Amino acid sequence: MNRPLARAADVYSLLLDRPDDFEGWREQARAMAAACVPPERVTWSLAAEGERDLFAQSSDEGMALPPARRAVRANAAFLRLAGSVILHRDPARFALLYRLLWRLQDDRQLMDKTSDPDLHRLGLMAGQVRRDIHKMRAFVRFRVAVEADGRDRYVAWFEPDHHIVRANADFFLNRFASQRWSILTPELCLHWDGGELLEAGGADPKDAPREDATEDLWQRYYASIFNPARLKVAMMVKEMPRRYWKNLPEARLIPDLIAGAQAREVAMVAQGSDPFSRAPPATLAEIAEGIVACRACPIGCNGTRAVAGEGPDDARLMIVGEQPGDSEEREGRPFVGPAGAVLDHHLNDVGIDRSRARVTNAVKHFKFEPRGKRRLHQSPTAGEIDHCRWWLDAERRLVRPNLVLALGASAGRALLGRTPSIAKERGTLTTLPDGSHLLLTAHPSYLLRLDGEARAKEEQRFRDDLAQLAPLVAGRF
Amino acid sequence: MAIASITERLEILADAAKYDASCASSGTAKRHSRDGKGIGSTQGMGICHAYAPDGRCISLLKVLLTNHCIFDCHYCVNRKSSNVRRARFTPKEVVDLTLSFYRRNYIEGLFLSSGIVKSSSHTMEQMIEVARSLREDHGFRGYIHLKTIPEADPALIEQAGLWADRVSINVELPTDAGLARLAPDKDSQQIEGAIGRIGDAIVEAKDARTRFRHAPRFAPAGQSTQMIVGADDANDSQIIGRANRLYDRYRLRRVYYSAFSPIPDASAVLPLKRPPLMREHRLYQSDWLIRFYGFSVTEVQQAADEGGMLPLDIDPKLAWALRHREDFPVDVNRGSREMLLRVPGLGTRAVDAILRARRHQRLRLDDLGRLTRSVTKLRPFVTTADWRPTLLIDRLDLRHRLAPPRQMELFG
Repeated sequence: MNRPLARAADVYSLLLDRPDDFEGWREQARAMAAACVPPERVTWSLAAEGERDLFAQSSDEGMALPPARRAVRANAAFLRLAGSVILHRDPARFALLYRLLWRLQDDRQLMDKTSDPDLHRLGLMAGQVRRDIHKMRAFVRFRVAVEADGRDRYVAWFEPDHHIVRANADFFLNRFASQRWSILTPELCLHWDGGELLEAGGADPKDAPREDATEDLWQRYYASIFNPARLKVAMMVKEMPRRYWKNLPEARLIPDLIAGAQAREVAMVAQGSDPFSRAPPATLAEIAEGIVACRACPIGCNGTRAVAGEGPDDARLMIVGEQPGDSEEREGRPFVGPAGAVLDHHLNDVGIDRSRARVTNAVKHFKFEPRGKRRLHQSPTAGEIDHCRWWLDAERRLVRPNLVLALGASAGRALLGRTPSIAKERGTLTTLPDGSHLLLTAHPSYLLRLDGEARAKEEQRFRDDLAQLAPLVAGRF
Repeated sequence: MAIASITERLEILADAAKYDASCASSGTAKRHSRDGKGIGSTQGMGICHAYAPDGRCISLLKVLLTNHCIFDCHYCVNRKSSNVRRARFTPKEVVDLTLSFYRRNYIEGLFLSSGIVKSSSHTMEQMIEVARSLREDHGFRGYIHLKTIPEADPALIEQAGLWADRVSINVELPTDAGLARLAPDKDSQQIEGAIGRIGDAIVEAKDARTRFRHAPRFAPAGQSTQMIVGADDANDSQIIGRANRLYDRYRLRRVYYSAFSPIPDASAVLPLKRPPLMREHRLYQSDWLIRFYGFSVTEVQQAADEGGMLPLDIDPKLAWALRHREDFPVDVNRGSREMLLRVPGLGTRAVDAILRARRHQRLRLDDLGRLTRSVTKLRPFVTTADWRPTLLIDRLDLRHRLAPPRQMELFG
């Protein structure tokens, strides 16, 4: 039981050596509680501050501590809490802790009464200290300074909210023992040279190096890893409060990054998004009109004439090429140039009537490179094929062919969504997701580029592939 | 072509890595370099050294070894057919970059991923070389996360686990059909097979360490995976179900969700619009409910609407509570831990504090105010010694009263 002291008028003014002097507090608090000195007759102050209650007895003048009248108890939960709270900047922390210790003597369960106002307040303070310790570990930024002996010293300037620097030294020792480092703060500085941790008084921001070449790299990294499509500034500020920004090299970029984010996302969407946001065309005529106006990729913007597919709108066979060539672009019809002639020839040979098939291309405009007066064919990129696929998909939905003959890898990509290997995949009938069947073979213009024996061999293979198709086409017509 | 400077390449390869959501550095074995040999330390808790304006934590140097790739996955900015700028690092460059950032206390360690060059196994070998060099040549004791490539030789994936704290393989899409359509070069069986082998290796290594103190550690921070949300048509219910099967089957530490975001040079197969970021957040909340709040998968799925989507305006726990009003109010002084955890507005720490405090006294509303962040949200769902929500729980407009005012989403 707490019993009043004999000399009721005495006030004890207790002194602590340092703001984070837990041992000093613990020793004196234990003595006071043992002597049953109630909290209202104890004041606490720091030795350096020189402030003291004039009428109080103080511990550094050889004040006799009152004799112990009981054993003082404190459980582990109390000591854990006190160890944290002592680092808080609030000058009332010593008195608050003593009051809790005092009450703990009468109420053994006090530490479990989590809704108790005193305990709640100290719990919040301990939380603030823990957070500050954590933020110091996160936000200290070292800059390299070269010392007299030519070795690097990593120096940081940091401004903590609470008296946590000494308590945090172990973290930096565990992590950076192999390099020399110094952490400068307004109250206390730590210096490590590989052998011994030295403490010194407060420093000034000017004592730390002004810059570090690696910071530029770090800033570039910070700016690049940020995704402008998802701006959550409140979340960032909650975890990285503005008061820390002045000592974080990367924080200098934040205002510009936020300002630029919207523009960057718009650019990303404009550059990358699907321009086909409207409903797909409902008739083949709409497709023919639509492709004329399509500017979804660079080929659409090169000023050439768009070439629509031709043939019956209920054809059982659809023949898909790569893109219109020079002659096709002039005439506005697919497969009318040299490659078209090769195709017609072989279709005739195996007995397929081209006029009953729907003939179209994976890409609707002619991609070329001007070379003198001639326009040299250029293959469309995968991205361009993927864009133009929207039109081909629409055409397939409307015509609903049973069989699709894809000529070349570009046509294969437009149907499969990946670039197939013609050498490996040609000549076998596969099923597409909509249930139709796909046969892949070479593009006839490939045959045109070959000579002699090689050409004869490839023509035979081409004919063989088409021949597979002939009975299927005939059977259904 | 001239080789770009290290700064330019860092920009390209960090930019390409930002679509991986994970940056965690937590949950690994404790290490330190107090002996002055090597460098670095890890503790149980991760540290976020900075936050980007997108609200994400920057804990690790997250880069690709290269963004060249022979695969052609539609949702990926680095796919073969994309027109982005390409760059590559040598393993040594990544090692040096990691160390110089680490020494200045910018990061907790490295998260290395890569596009696939030459072959999956070749790429994996290069990534392992980075991790090996950091650990062996420089005595690096910080955190290493390796994104492993499921198509690589299983022996290589196993080696990755010996150097790294965490290994991960992305399942990429919540449904197999979505994967087949959007990632034609990937195979869900192969992915899950690799995840399964890593899971087994982790369990075996743990078991070995209980018997032999010096048995090598294998990915002490476990493995995680990532799913892209909103690129295919899977609904929240399906996503939660898939995530949970992954947790159960392979003992994953985390399943990350990444809201599909517009990427430069996107493929035409992708949806036009990104899903609201809030959807990703709601999925994480549902993940939490299952892992820490004792909800079963079906219970969380009950919070979703008929289309299987979680509500965006209120969190899934509140949505569940509004559908199960008969279970409320819960008596704070007598309710079980399980039921207290289901009260919207009570977190695990608040529940533990309540359980401790109520052993000694009958809790009143102002006690509750000190144990929790705010009682306003709680009041309709609890009774205390001096509070009983007579009619509130039956009010039809309860949802409206509790849902935060709707805000226009930024750039819709």
